[in-house]
Order: sequence, then C-alpha cells, then structure tokens
Amino acid sequence: MSEHEYTPKSKAGKWFNDRLPLLTLGAHLTDYPTPKNLNYWWTFGGILTFCLITQIVTGIVLAMHYVAHADLAFASVEHIMRDVNYGWLIRYIHSNGASMFFLAVYIHIFRSLFYGSYKSPREVIWIIGLMIYLLMMAAAFMGYVLPWGQMSFWGATVITNLFSAIPLVGDSITTWLWGAYSVDNPTLNRFFSLHYLIPFLILGLVVLHIWALHVPGNNNPVGIDIKKPSKDTVPFHPYITIKDAFALLVFMIIFAGFVFFTPNVLGHSDNYIPANPLVTPAHIVPEWYLLPFYAILRSVPDKLGGVILMFSAIFILFVLPWLDTSKVRSAVFRPIYRQFFWILVIDVLMLGYVGAMPAEGIYLVLARVGTIYYFLHFIVVMPVVGYLEKTDPIPMSISEPVLTGGAEPSLARKVNDKV
Amino acid sequence: MSKEEKKVNRRDFLFTASYTVGAVGVGAVIWPMIDQMNPDKAQQALATTEVDISSVEPGKSITVLWRGKPIFIKKRTSEEIAEARAVKLDDLPDPQKDEDRVKEGKDEWLVMLGVCTHLGCVPLKDKGDFNGWFCPCHGSHYDVSGRIRKGPAPTNMEIPKFEFVDSNTIKIG
Repeated sequence: MSEHEYTPKSKAGKWFNDRLPLLTLGAHLTDYPTPKNLNYWWTFGGILTFCLITQIVTGIVLAMHYVAHADLAFASVEHIMRDVNYGWLIRYIHSNGASMFFLAVYIHIFRSLFYGSYKSPREVIWIIGLMIYLLMMAAAFMGYVLPWGQMSFWGATVITNLFSAIPLVGDSITTWLWGAYSVDNPTLNRFFSLHYLIPFLILGLVVLHIWALHVPGNNNPVGIDIKKPSKDTVPFHPYITIKDAFALLVFMIIFAGFVFFTPNVLGHSDNYIPANPLVTPAHIVPEWYLLPFYAILRSVPDKLGGVILMFSAIFILFVLPWLDTSKVRSAVFRPIYRQFFWILVIDVLMLGYVGAMPAEGIYLVLARVGTIYYFLHFIVVMPVVGYLEKTDPIPMSISEPVLTGGAEPSLARKVNDKV
Repeated sequence: MSKEEKKVNRRDFLFTASYTVGAVGVGAVIWPMIDQMNPDKAQQALATTEVDISSVEPGKSITVLWRGKPIFIKKRTSEEIAEARAVKLDDLPDPQKDEDRVKEGKDEWLVMLGVCTHLGCVPLKDKGDFNGWFCPCHGSHYDVSGRIRKGPAPTNMEIPKFEFVDSNTIKIG
C-alpha cells in the first residue's frame, strides 16, 4: 500500500471508503510505484488479464448456444458457426483466444526465467503463477473436448488414460474420471461443468498473483532492489497503463490476424469429423501449446515412466527458486546463464516441434536429447552455474548508470553486495 | 493431579470428540460428492451385449461396441493359430499363452478389447511387425493373439468376460 493514507475528496466518497476502502485500493493501484525501466516483456501481465477476460466473456456467450451432450455437442458447435448471429466470430475468438493466451503466458514465463523474477522475495508470485498455468492447461484440454470431434474424443481418451498408469488404483481413477467405461456422455458433461468453473478459479488466483506482486513490487530488467517510491520509479498510471495499452493493441492486431485470416491454422482438421469411438485418427496430436510435454511423454519407452517424467517437467518449475543458486537476478549480468537460457528456449521449441511429428526415427532421438537437456538445465545447470559463474557488475540503481552515461566500476556494486 | 489440570483434560476430550464427529460428518458429505462421478446405473446397465458371429469368415474380424469401447472378434485361420502358439513365452513382454486367451475348443475365436493398453487408442488390424494389430498413436505392435510385442504398451490387449450362448452367438460382459 502507498506510504500516505488516501482520503477521498468528496463527502460521499469518504463515507463509502470508511465502510469499504475500495477507493483506497483504487488509489493504490493507480499510484503503485513501478520501476521506470520496465521493457515490453513486462507488458504480458496486462495482456494475459485481457486474454482471461476475453475467454470468460466469449465463453459465457458460447455456453448460451452450446449443448453438452454426446449426441448434440458437435451439431451445436456447427449451429454456432452457421446459425447463431456472429457465432463464427465469437467461437473463433474463443478458440484462437486459447492459443493467444498460451502464447502470452509462455512469453511471460520465459521473461521471468530470463530476469530472475521467480527469485526471492517473489517465490510465492511464481508458484501462484504456475498454479494458474496448470489450471490453464486443464481448462484448455477440457475446452478442446467440448466440440466432440475426433481430436476431442481421442485427445480426451489419451489424456485420461495417463491416469491409468498409476499403480493399483489407476483403472478405478480413470473410470471415475470418465463416469463410464470409456470417454462418453458423462465425461463430456463433467468436462463442460469444469471448463466453466476453472476460469473463475484462475481469476481468483490472478488476484492473489497481483496481490503477492504488490508486496515486494515489480522486478525489473536490471533485477536490483529499488526504493519505492523514488527517482527509480514511476506511478503505474499513466506511465505503465499507456505502455501496456500500446503493447495490448499490437497483440490484438496479431490476435485479429488469426481470427479473421487463418482461424483454423492452429487447430486440427480432424476435429471437424464427429467423434467416433471405433476409429482412432492416424495421427493424434494435442494443441500446439502442450506439444513439448507430449514429446517428453513419448520419449520414454515405458508408460508409467513417461507419465511421471511429463508431470515432473511441470512440477520441477515449482522448486526453481531453490534450484537457482545465483544471487544475481537478471541474466543481463549473468554471461554464462544467459547462454543456457537461450539453449533452454531452443530446447523447448524443438521439443514442441518433435511433439508434432511421429514418434519414430530421428524425431524420437531428438525428443530424448531434448528431454534430457530440459531436466539437466534445471537440476544441474541452474545450481552449478549459479555457484560458479562470475557475474558482471550490477548497477547501484536504475537511474545512476543512465545519468552518468554508463556502468562505471565505481558505481557498480560488487556481486557479494545485497542486490 | 490438581484441579486445573483436570479441567484442561476434560476440555481436551471435548475438542477431540468434536473434531472426530466433525470429520465423520465432513467425510459423510464428501463421499457422495466423489462417488457421484463413478459410472451411474444407466452406464452399468449397458454391461452385457450379445453378438451374432455367424457371418464372420475365417481370417476376418468384426468390431462391436461394448460399454463404449470396441471389441475385436476375429475368426482366426489354423495358420494364424499355429503362428500364435509357436511364439516362445520368453519373447513376450507380458508372457501369456495363446491358449489362455481363447475358450477351449473355440480356439479360432479371439475376442478382445480393441483398446491399446498404452493410452487407449484403437489399434489398426492387419498391421505392424507381428501380423496382428498396430496402434498408430504411439507405435505399439501386437501379434495375432493380441499380445504386446513391441512399443510402449505395458500389457496384452485385454480379454473381456464372455461366453458362447450357442455356436453363432457370444455374450460379452
């Protein structure tokens, strides 16, 4: 909260604020001191909020026309596309919106990895963010099942069967998830219910994510602690809001490009074939944003092992703040870690590519190499590099190297100083 | 024991008793919430199905739906049976004799759940390296007895409970 106590100017405002300090909260959010050097990688928080609201609004509208029944779902989606006024637009915004949501969240996560935003004292922000990411994957998966096309049905079959790998109780859990002896109408029904619920859980976690952020304040590209407010900060409004708004506008142009020009390019054409429990499509692929994990799953020639490794790939991120031993946050001052960071980016992109390819030959080899590097990066590279690396000098404050025309040694902090 | 200690003990007992009753109550409410997701009576009612197999030619197979899952019913030729029985058990990841996968005296009829034991896809017939089935999802190869030979699937394709009602009809389930 701001240093000074906020007092509304109007009498009515004061009366209300004394009873529910919403105006104080508003003033806090407006004045919130933000590092003045935030670059465009920091605009994705706002973009993600926009994505969430877009998905909720379009989703509520789609639910007014959709029918969650195995016999009717596919036809009702086509009804939305052909008969409902602007139904095609709303559905394409919703389906492409999921992809844009993941695009933004991946940039947001890698931003955090590059600038060390997950490190002390921001571990809880990071963990809440990962919980949001997990819920996003659950929501996206269940949403993809709702049109009840071939990819919906077989995607649901493959993913729910992951749980059958659990020893002893696996089959009971899978049957319980299905509510039947295969993916069937009860499965579709409950997926719709949960698909509607999860965005609101995400919304609640977003509030906690921002709350936790406002305790220490934003990290920044040089990754140093700053005094707030000071000459290193600017008020959130109008400085950050206008920057966020501009980035959002560019993002929306790309979003609109997908919606209006290639609305199906990120989907799979097989999902325009109604679900058929007797025929599996020749090549099952999940949506693009799950492909790296799919590649990890398939790289292991053992069912349980593959499932464990795939879930580990996500859960290892939860302990990242404790695996990274470096005292310096920003990779700008970490010449060795910076290179490994880009190797990780390439590794994840490669895993995504091979996840879309058949699991054989060179693709299987690449998937295995990529999987091994992924885990080595977090388990070995991060602790060891953080310990051995000789980092570059860190500036005293955001303003000083700028005002004095460069990072002079006298102005630079020693690595051992508290950052 | 002093008076004060006695009072504390009496209160502890009340706390423990209250928590226990509370936990039982919460459990009694949570269980129906969990169990409602298990297959309902309508789903369970679909548990058996009868199939007419008189039109299946030797070497051919049919696929029927049972509890939402495909059942492969294959009438095997004598060569196929011989091939399945010539396999050494040591060569199998999930060792099982072909004799144990069919009904005695009805050795030509292979009735099995047409579901890959890896992640639940439907394998394609007459494909793969072992003259049986091949799962296109993650590359599991099954032999002419439906046993896993190569790939990520951990076990053989499942044999459901079934019986011959007469020579032309089987009842699955």
